[in-house]
Amino acid sequence: MVLTVLEGSRAVAEAVRACRPDVVAAYPITPQTHIVQELANMNADGTLKSKHIEVESEFSAISAATGASAAGSRAYTASCSQGLALMHEVLFATAGMRLPVVMNIVNRSLAAPINIWNDQQDSISQRDAGWIQLYAETNQEAVDLTIQAFKIAEDKKVLLPIMVCLDGFFLSHTIEPVDMPDQKGVDKFLPKYNPTHAYLDPERPMTQGPFAFPRPYAELRKDLSDTIDASKDTIKKVSSDFKKQFGRQMGDGLTESYNLKGKKIAIITIGSLGGTVKEASDRKGDFGLLRLISFRPFPKVEIIKALKGIETVIVLEKNISLGTSNGAIFDEVRSALYAEKDRPKVIGYVAGIGGTEVTVNDVIKVVDKSKKQKDGEIGWLMGEP
Amino acid sequence: MKEIRVHGRGGMGAVTSAQVLAIAAFKDGKQTQAFPFFGVARRGSPVEAYCRIDKNFIRVRQQVSEPDYVLILDKSLVDAVDVLKGVNKDSIIIINSAETIKLKTKAKVYHVDASKIALDIFGKNLVNTPILGAFVKATGEVSLDSLNKTIIERFSENIAKQNIEAIKRAYDECSE
Repeated sequence: MVLTVLEGSRAVAEAVRACRPDVVAAYPITPQTHIVQELANMNADGTLKSKHIEVESEFSAISAATGASAAGSRAYTASCSQGLALMHEVLFATAGMRLPVVMNIVNRSLAAPINIWNDQQDSISQRDAGWIQLYAETNQEAVDLTIQAFKIAEDKKVLLPIMVCLDGFFLSHTIEPVDMPDQKGVDKFLPKYNPTHAYLDPERPMTQGPFAFPRPYAELRKDLSDTIDASKDTIKKVSSDFKKQFGRQMGDGLTESYNLKGKKIAIITIGSLGGTVKEASDRKGDFGLLRLISFRPFPKVEIIKALKGIETVIVLEKNISLGTSNGAIFDEVRSALYAEKDRPKVIGYVAGIGGTEVTVNDVIKVVDKSKKQKDGEIGWLMGEP
Repeated sequence: MKEIRVHGRGGMGAVTSAQVLAIAAFKDGKQTQAFPFFGVARRGSPVEAYCRIDKNFIRVRQQVSEPDYVLILDKSLVDAVDVLKGVNKDSIIIINSAETIKLKTKAKVYHVDASKIALDIFGKNLVNTPILGAFVKATGEVSLDSLNKTIIERFSENIAKQNIEAIKRAYDECSE
């Protein structure tokens, strides 16, 4: 293992390069900019051999990446916030045409008002588009998941686009030690993309994403839904294959438990907040963590299993599903537990919105408070006034 | 875990100070982390950058609110921002100043005329790396050797040479 101290964005860009994408089409936006900048530099100095498509907007970036994938290329893009919102229409087409595009999301809030800081409203609000969504806790995990994402996406049983999300600034702008997988290892782990369902060949013309009457349309949507559910097996398999090749794995690829054994209180969170909760759990040991690495597919069965014996669940999430008074993950976790006998009480927090800090002390306070709270209570953590 | 807060002004290279310290500490065999204050930095406006050093992987990512060490690149910041926020009696403060500055704290305060050193050597008021020499002297938290190695990796040959000279002078001239 050779650790190097790298900025998160740089580490992710190096991981993307190691995956040898054929096409990179991305438009810069804070805090994702450094990834695009690094990839453009690599392209200019010849160390990244991909076709770099200059685009004038995120709508074009995802359209170009989707088109490139439809032509049979390994395609990559990156975005966040308003940029991801601008991609919204095309996201559904990428998934519907079963094109394995990989996109890093450097999570940032959405306007208005304009705010450049981190939360996860951008990617969480794209949850129904048909993309797999994976979330990193550290820069190491952002690197590892980015490499795994191509392999998962291109698996014949999956063939779906994937967002690999990392918290803006908290990860993207932080330098920390990362073990960069070597090129030989990546080449072995991730062979050349060899599409059999979508490619450009004049000898074998094909139509992609055409018109569908109601019944076939409904069947294809169900097929898409079933495929995302079933992708859990591939995500787990790729995660353990990655361990065989590179010697490390976070949880089982879908979720990660920390200090949960024998505990009555569990915190569920996603992304870099996982580290904060681990630190809090080590300082005050009366609770554990269940971190969701995959949000789409939603690891429902795994959550139920991991929470056996837990009496209180606290969901800390950096998004608000406006109109429901709570974050999106809270509803999904609570719904997953509904049919369970002796189901735990579930408390939700909308936390870290617009870059507000969630500290180790905040986590400890939330746990203490939960002992007197009722099922379904919602709170906000928004730092110092 | 040791936590460091760097106070500078936009354009002074406070982020570079924090990053160089982190990489030097890593070369000493420690786990490290460095990041800027997240936001919009304008040239001349007060900025902060942070660095953490520990024996284990650093999982917390909040801004440093109770620093063990504070680096102040520009003494005028003392009147502009709360450079003493979260400082305790065991903290160490290193300030770029020709003269001793009285701060309302029980923490140890070291000063070094990093601006003069920078003007002598670079001909420009670039204090973000020279002041790290004073940091090494005052805290012993990273080794001079690792600091110099980091500088050699980061800068071109001539600039690295000048920086190492400036760091050495700041190390020698730093006093309580």
